[in-house]
Amino acid sequence: MTKFTFPESIRSRPVYGTLEARKGAAHLLIADAHGAEAILDVATPEMMAKAHIIYIPKGEAFEGKLRALKPAQFYAGPSYEAAESRIQKAFEDAKMGLQVYLTGTEGLMGQAQHAAMQAGIPHTAIQTEHRGSVARRMQCVHCKGITEDVETDPFVCAHCGLNLFVRDHYSRRLAAYQGVCIDAEDPGNVPEAKGIYE
Amino acid sequence: MSGAEKIAVTVTDIVPLNALVTRFEFKRADGGLLPTFSGGAHTVVEMEDGAITRLNPYSLMSDPMDQTAYTISVRRDDEGRGGSMFMHQSVKVGDEMTISYPVNLFSLDLRAKKHLFLAGGIGITPFLAQIKQLERFNGNWELHYACRSEALGSYVDELTSHHPNETHIYYDDQNQAIDLVNLLDGQPLGTHVYVCGPKGMIEWVRKTADGEGWPREAVHYEEFLAPQPGKPFEVKLAVSNKVIQVGEQESLLEAMEREGVDAPYLCRGGACGQCETRVIDYTGNFIHRDHWLEDDEHASGEKIMPCVSRFEGKTLVLDR
Ligand code: FES
Repeated sequence: MTKFTFPESIRSRPVYGTLEARKGAAHLLIADAHGAEAILDVATPEMMAKAHIIYIPKGEAFEGKLRALKPAQFYAGPSYEAAESRIQKAFEDAKMGLQVYLTGTEGLMGQAQHAAMQAGIPHTAIQTEHRGSVARRMQCVHCKGITEDVETDPFVCAHCGLNLFVRDHYSRRLAAYQGVCIDAEDPGNVPEAKGIYE
Repeated sequence: MSGAEKIAVTVTDIVPLNALVTRFEFKRADGGLLPTFSGGAHTVVEMEDGAITRLNPYSLMSDPMDQTAYTISVRRDDEGRGGSMFMHQSVKVGDEMTISYPVNLFSLDLRAKKHLFLAGGIGITPFLAQIKQLERFNGNWELHYACRSEALGSYVDELTSHHPNETHIYYDDQNQAIDLVNLLDGQPLGTHVYVCGPKGMIEWVRKTADGEGWPREAVHYEEFLAPQPGKPFEVKLAVSNKVIQVGEQESLLEAMEREGVDAPYLCRGGACGQCETRVIDYTGNFIHRDHWLEDDEHASGEKIMPCVSRFEGKTLVLDR
């Protein structure tokens, strides 16, 4: 399953769309894992001639297909952190008219969107499309540590070890959802972990 | 009472700048301080012209932090309905007038990394205040200003002497024109463009920026539409239960005000949406001139903006 319809939620929860090719002086496409499929869907030869694709495969085998699109620049890296300086540089060098396409997991889109906004792009002008895993990037509200790719609710904070409940409350600045201790009143009383959308 | 709050002022200075443009300075009549504003704001000036009261919006051009006085520049419009003529011919130093609190429909987006200003003619005025605002914290800006001729280039000297590196002037009569595609191309990410000038210039900038892939949120524009004269027409106001005549030289909004109907407004220039009025019934044609309603709303015959739009035909019934 690479396309998923998120249930209705509170206003702070980001909503994602479907990428469309737009006119622009240059195109920056940042994706992880199954986000590659959305790039394959939206890419046109005209776009690729002025495109820079930054891809984090996370074990998926799309790199060959993306390279075959012949983007002007292509980079694949093992993680967002590894790609981060490349992404920063791409925004620093960019001029007005740049179109930004983000696709894949929420964690990837959130972090790249934050970088794009820091660079001065209004967030409404940044296109996003969710593909692949519905795992979330979570911030523990207690120790402030970030746990990547959280798939279950509740989950254990990778930093302080508390049992955290997955909230829909989202911080655009941190590009993370909030996790709140679920057994503070009655330590050890933790419901069984389920998938976030089960 | 409709519109923004009022301030009683005294005209303290009148300076003709060139054949068409005159600058007016206002101070509070009670000697107190005026509110600060943000660059791009306008004030609505009330003009008691015989039996007619006109309320025209003008951009404030003074330093937004200067609370001692406001200044505006008025371009004489010989074809218009006389608001600018009244300012040029009848207003004298020492006169008491009423202006509104500043209202800003053209503010700077302070998240921008750079502000690119495009002015046409008298459209320079909001930028004068914005430049003063940005200069306070070393903002990054650049101005491209098109004027008809050297003789009509209001504030060109002041701008080029204070800001020689940021200011670029283009004279129509010397066949100089802003090379827009080249100018937009290569602007750093996070640049916002602002345009104030004639309708054609605004459309040109919006279309070109869109074609170059600029996000809509990074393109700001302001055009003051002075209401245009037109054929007189009759309107039935359903809520007030009145039938009123709109004269050749007045707007529908002004006619309602003259009849004592409290109709909402803010900009009086077809931009803010405040005066939007529902049409109950009509036989005839609308002359829509606002920037507020969408094309399909104009075509629907269900809404009108009385500050700038008119009507020609037999019956018009409004929900007011
Ligand atoms: S008063 Fe602003 S649109 Fe009419």
